[in-house]
Amino acid sequence: MNGPELLHQHIDRLKSSMGACFPGERAIFRGHDLHVELKNMDWIELYVFGITGRRFTEKQLSLLHAIWVCTSYPDARIWNNRVAALAGSSRSTGALGIAAALAVSEASIYGGGIYIPSINFLKRTLKALNKGVELVDCVRDELKKHRSIAGYGRPLVSGDERIVPIMSLARSLGLGDGPHVQLAFEVDELLAARRWRLRINYGAIAAALCADLGLSPYEYYLFVFPAFLAGMPPCYIESSERPEGTLFPLSCDHILYEGPPKRSWKSGKSG
Amino acid sequence: MNSQNSIEQVHTRIWLEEPEPDNVFATKAAYCYGYDVYGGMLGQARWVEMLYVLFRGEAPTSAQTELLETVAVALANPGPRDPSVHAAMCGGVGGSTAASCLIAALAVGAGQVAGGHEVFLAMESWNSCGTDIDAWQRLLTAPADDMTSIWPKSEHPPGFDPNGISTPTIVKQTLACLAGISIGTRLPWLAKNRSNLEAMVNRPLALSGVAAATFSDLGFTSGQGEMLHLLLRLPGAAAHALEQWQIGHKKFPFFGIELENDPAREAR
Repeated sequence: MNGPELLHQHIDRLKSSMGACFPGERAIFRGHDLHVELKNMDWIELYVFGITGRRFTEKQLSLLHAIWVCTSYPDARIWNNRVAALAGSSRSTGALGIAAALAVSEASIYGGGIYIPSINFLKRTLKALNKGVELVDCVRDELKKHRSIAGYGRPLVSGDERIVPIMSLARSLGLGDGPHVQLAFEVDELLAARRWRLRINYGAIAAALCADLGLSPYEYYLFVFPAFLAGMPPCYIESSERPEGTLFPLSCDHILYEGPPKRSWKSGKSG
Repeated sequence: MNSQNSIEQVHTRIWLEEPEPDNVFATKAAYCYGYDVYGGMLGQARWVEMLYVLFRGEAPTSAQTELLETVAVALANPGPRDPSVHAAMCGGVGGSTAASCLIAALAVGAGQVAGGHEVFLAMESWNSCGTDIDAWQRLLTAPADDMTSIWPKSEHPPGFDPNGISTPTIVKQTLACLAGISIGTRLPWLAKNRSNLEAMVNRPLALSGVAAATFSDLGFTSGQGEMLHLLLRLPGAAAHALEQWQIGHKKFPFFGIELENDPAREAR
């Protein structure tokens, strides 16, 4: 059914199994009383429960925490962080600056644009391997289709300093040897051996670890999008404490004009 | 102090700025694609002419100016029923910051139901099919692309109303007006072939579809059209957000809820 009839069915009422607030009384979160049954959850546990409706073990939660921790860099030069910092320098609010910085993190060449394609690639490839397809064919197909593989290669550098610490923790928790993680490294080895110049990055590792925890691509996308968040408030704070307008001030000399030469304006050309 | 030794530069074809002699951070003159903005355009150029220059790099013809201005009027206020304006009002009614109201309108109005990405996709359809009815037939009857990205899978052909029955009068009025002044081929073709296209998808044309055809006729890329659609719908969102703050939250809908798994009810 679609059309006005469908819309009429939904008028003025929300039917939900996700939750509700009964002001002055209680709040329900995915069928549980937030202030009774869930009151002892830590924040990330509640966040992941909100996304998946599933509970995770302490070890799994430690790993999920670490996936966020390892990629929270308070470096205001990084494009998304710079938005938070520019908001501080321009004396905007912290919420606006950080919300915008998070939104900007959904980029094509890093962050949000990588999450779903990377976990999809790993899940799809693992399925194909289980059906007897050769890994090299999967990789070649992916490169042919997209000219890159999400989770491999990095915009500014080729190495990724986040991989060793996250894998070290994952292995210590007994969560570092799942099939998606193994596959992620096999792809890296293959790319290196064939000199495809795409080395594994944190995106593939985080996707593989979460896939091995049973997260679907969409669950992973929603879980991981605040992964840069903890690095953003420091950027905002520092620039808001400096004299106003002093974060990366651009002089006229900073603008390298490559457009047409000066010309006269005339409104309303005919045609 | 100056930054003569700076190696970090913003490359741009759009904007040239010349500094005041005493301060490289103060602008003496600014040129947009070569046009002197404050010394030549100001007082002469219309707002939509400036918009056109910014996106296309050339001054528009008078016909292009008229077309862009007319579509800007059509898009200026999607009205309080529209989800993007609804989102802005959710900000306004609670006294949220002005920027957050516009961010709310942009975020919701970015999507694939009457939003910016729908316009992007519809313009991609124009790029693929042009004014070839057979190409449209193939495109509109083909299964949706399952390419994975941050955007949810398309659930309806872009530019058409998934919940419509017949073409709304305002859509027909907008299409007729824009097709009448268009200098391109797509709006007139759409006006002529609207019924055929609607029959192919069993859905009526939406305003987003008309906007996409207009931006295509103006020569904008899909990315430029998406940006313009986001931008041109903001005035209404802003006005409605401010209005709800004045009217107050007690008169703003809160709606009822039917909780399907209420533990208190299950305990009883």
